[in-house]
Amino acid sequence: MTPKPVLLKVLDYLSIILLVIATYLALVYAPTEQVMGDVQRVFYFHIGTAWVGLLGFILSALLGITYLVTKDMKWDIIEVAAVEISVVFFFITIVLGSIWARPAWNTWWTWDPRLTTAAITELVYVAYFMLRAGVEDPERRARFGAVYALFGGLSAPITFMAIRLFRSIHPVVIGAANANQEKMNMSPDMRVAFFFALFAFTVIFIDLFWNRIRLGQLENKVEQLKLKVM
Amino acid sequence: MEPTPDTSAYMIAGYAVFFIVSAIYIMSLFVRNRSLQRDLETLENLDQKK
Repeated sequence: MTPKPVLLKVLDYLSIILLVIATYLALVYAPTEQVMGDVQRVFYFHIGTAWVGLLGFILSALLGITYLVTKDMKWDIIEVAAVEISVVFFFITIVLGSIWARPAWNTWWTWDPRLTTAAITELVYVAYFMLRAGVEDPERRARFGAVYALFGGLSAPITFMAIRLFRSIHPVVIGAANANQEKMNMSPDMRVAFFFALFAFTVIFIDLFWNRIRLGQLENKVEQLKLKVM
Repeated sequence: MEPTPDTSAYMIAGYAVFFIVSAIYIMSLFVRNRSLQRDLETLENLDQKK
């Protein structure tokens, strides 16, 4: 395996620094929300992880199309990397949302359109790995994975739009809400923490994505060598 | 005006979940990488002997 590129090492350190700053901004810099109290601080990382989670799912659908067109295994490796990282981030999003919901809505979970579509999206991508694990032939596995990721990708915009299309108790953070929906109002300091978290998580996603692609390349190399030796 | 509720325990729980899950995932990347490097070394040795 080739040694780690300098740029990736720089990105590793930059991600740690950005995460520390984002945590500081969320926990110390941003003011305490008057109605919800400190639990509102969870919101900065909840949105940050949701953003990169959904971004990765959409990206994997595009990578699935690229694989189906080119039949080049490198796109399959990149697609798996995108899905894996997004599944982790989106799992965190759902758990953080549930923790926020307990004091805010007096329940850990409710079958609200946003929560339901988010849970379905997460389960769709957990099933993606189960599907891949059940297929031995690498090319067949890549083809099935690409088609699955392509259709699975539809769940990401549906999850994003759920609170705009259906009656929901979930607050709307980005874009205009209708008269029935709760809109989240942020002070200027809250906005700084919010947008910095979005930026930090984007960089962290890119860093993890690159590292996971390298791991996928190594996996592929080992698999090829196994076929040659055995 | 109602006083701000003390919900700091939930905030701590949220950030604990974030850091624990992230640490587990990063550890899994390290462990898988180390194990694959070992497999690669073994397979390359076997390939050379053939």
